Amino acid sequence: MKRMLKMCWLLGALLAACGSVDLDAPIPVFDTEVDSQAWASVPAGEFLSGQFNDPVTIDHDYAIMVTDVTVAQYVDFLNAALADGSLEIADGQIVGYYSGDVFTGVRHEVEIAAGDYLIVPLDDAASRFAFDGNAFAVKKGYENHPMTNVSWFGARAYCGYYDWRLPTELEWEKAARGSDDRPFPWGDDLARNNANYYASRDPFEDMGSFGSRTSPVGFYNGRTYDSYATLDSASPYGLYDMAGNVWQWSGDVYEGMHYRFMRGGSKDTYEMDLRVWVRNNATPEYYSPGVGFRCAREP
Amino acid sequence: MQFVQERFNYLFKSTKGLILVAIAMIALETAIFGLLSGPMAEFGVRDVVVGALKMDLAPAEREGRIIILYHSIAMAVVAIETYMITGLLKMKEFYRTAVRALVTGGYLMAMVFGMGFAYWGHSWPLHGLYIAGLTLVFFAGVVLVVALWPWRAEYRQEDTAYARTKRGVDLERVAFFAAALTTVVSAGFGAIPGSYFGNGFRAFLAENIIRYPEKTTMEYSIIGHLHIMLALIAIMLTLIVGRRFDFKGLLHKLAMPLMILGTIVLNLGVWGVVTPLEPVAHMIIYVGATPSMLAALCLVIFGWDKLIRTGVAGVPKPTLRQKLGALLRDPLKFGPLWQMVFMNFTVSGVGILMAVRLDEIFRVWPAREERIELTGHWHILSAIVATIILLYYGDMIGLKGRIRKLYGWSIIILSNLAFASGTAFEMKRLFTAEAAQQPLVNTVMLLVDFGLGMLLVVLALVMIWRLLDLFKKKGRWKEEAGHELSAEVGG
Repeated sequence: MKRMLKMCWLLGALLAACGSVDLDAPIPVFDTEVDSQAWASVPAGEFLSGQFNDPVTIDHDYAIMVTDVTVAQYVDFLNAALADGSLEIADGQIVGYYSGDVFTGVRHEVEIAAGDYLIVPLDDAASRFAFDGNAFAVKKGYENHPMTNVSWFGARAYCGYYDWRLPTELEWEKAARGSDDRPFPWGDDLARNNANYYASRDPFEDMGSFGSRTSPVGFYNGRTYDSYATLDSASPYGLYDMAGNVWQWSGDVYEGMHYRFMRGGSKDTYEMDLRVWVRNNATPEYYSPGVGFRCAREP
Repeated sequence: MQFVQERFNYLFKSTKGLILVAIAMIALETAIFGLLSGPMAEFGVRDVVVGALKMDLAPAEREGRIIILYHSIAMAVVAIETYMITGLLKMKEFYRTAVRALVTGGYLMAMVFGMGFAYWGHSWPLHGLYIAGLTLVFFAGVVLVVALWPWRAEYRQEDTAYARTKRGVDLERVAFFAAALTTVVSAGFGAIPGSYFGNGFRAFLAENIIRYPEKTTMEYSIIGHLHIMLALIAIMLTLIVGRRFDFKGLLHKLAMPLMILGTIVLNLGVWGVVTPLEPVAHMIIYVGATPSMLAALCLVIFGWDKLIRTGVAGVPKPTLRQKLGALLRDPLKFGPLWQMVFMNFTVSGVGILMAVRLDEIFRVWPAREERIELTGHWHILSAIVATIILLYYGDMIGLKGRIRKLYGWSIIILSNLAFASGTAFEMKRLFTAEAAQQPLVNTVMLLVDFGLGMLLVVLALVMIWRLLDLFKKKGRWKEEAGHELSAEVGG
């Protein structure tokens, strides 16, 4: 009987450990002084792509955002697009029109026909914005954090609204890596204060409760925040957060598959996913607290 | 000198000594390289280990390192199974000696030189020796196939209690032969693309390309290889456990044809992925897996029935409680069969659910989540295989009394705790949102680490005891040096 009681106690303790998570727990607020409106220019030319350093040429110059799109930037877009009718509310979510993919009927391929698709959900507690029925607002403290809980359609809609676009995977990778064979945007080695990744011990995480949270865009720029010293982790072209923090949607639509690809790893992944060539993918309607994006445009 | 020679003879010439060396090598490798990932990396242990052992872990070489790590452990497991087969089945002494010499040299070379190449800078002579080690293991398999040839007159099964043909061909031996032959052929499905990708050092992990609609023949070959090799290791171990239990009677007669059929069809399905049959290959695989699993079920029924009958022998009208007590009395006998049953909850069941609801559930999640399921799935299967080997090992070294119960139940309970928690981790998206998952992740990972960590502690204690035993003049090793597994069948 004593043994049974002990087992019950142990089980109870374990179940208690699976408690609920306070998604709105206070978050440290830091100004990184990195301009989220800034763009970096990437010249046309060859770079080493992928794990095996295959030479690839991009035949055009392009510009790409220095940081991920922030919650504040996205909220401005949502308010503007909702007001002018570019987006609408349907079934408790924001939806927008997408012209559809070419469907080839390959095994496991799901047809993405022309129609309205999820941009962002309105009822997800993990979203860092609020909607009062009329307007969107940023949850306090998340103004300069990357926009998350946004679908591929939502990322594409944001960029398209301003006549920009999502970067292709190759554009993204060249912007992250430059012209050498480095595995991480800043160089060959990864330290915990290079990037926000799983159990990286940054000021925004508490692995005992809510786990990892996003860090402000450009946080890993060599500055010290309170007592937390970061390393300057910009890519050769000056982009921040190209490894960790949030996965970033890319714009490619590949024949025979409906999945959209993401790059960069996130706050929720181990360092292996932070290598510049690592790919992740999901359906275009997928959204997550660990997925964001940035835009590209012609220079 | 005699001291060293006697121990050497025990460790490298006797069945139990060879198995002990291989288990010790796997334990050592697991203990060291298990510190480099997961929570050990989170806690900073990995950085300490890498620094202390002066490892060179280039980020671009991670996939190649992991592939060599898997192979080096797999070769040792294959060696253990080979020792068991050559210890349990009749064969010419020349073949027995040749197979053991080849597989021992092969797995040790693959393990030592492979890991040296992968984790301590790329020394090309080490890579060559690693490949040479794999090649020796392959040739050991070829010789084993020859040694197992079941149609020789001297291997006829005269006892009608066992599965046999009308002409007396031993169907259990045919099942061993089929598994060994298909293992050798299936090794080629890894070796050929391995040469292709490895020589260009373009290593990749199958789970990372699973969603790409267009795969090359070589990529399909790799995917097929990793699936079938693990399945064949499990099939071979099932046959070994069956022999250990002296599996016979009606269920044996039912199981052996099923096992032979399952093994062949399963292999044809997996080999089919590199042919135009690829679109229907999965269906062939299901068709092949079903009889194999039914054969395993027959063994479980036979084994548990035997344990119960033996346990209640002499009791006039045994109650259910008494029968249950008999079944659970000896964890080292009950355990291997229980682990086969448990595998259905944590491996087969999950696999079937994934196959049936792939597009509706699993492929709605991001690829990274699917990767967790895939890797978790086969890590658990590999670990179940390892625990069955450890349970059989505990039995063959004659653990007795409380130590026997403690060792057996520790392995069963700790591994089941770890595997069940690992399965919950794999499937977490079914019952928790990403943003709210951390407490659940913490709990299940704690249980996984506790289970596997304590299991390794138990194994370490046994290894230390065996090491100390080697220094005794008349230790257990002396007894084991002359024992053969075939003499212990059914005991």
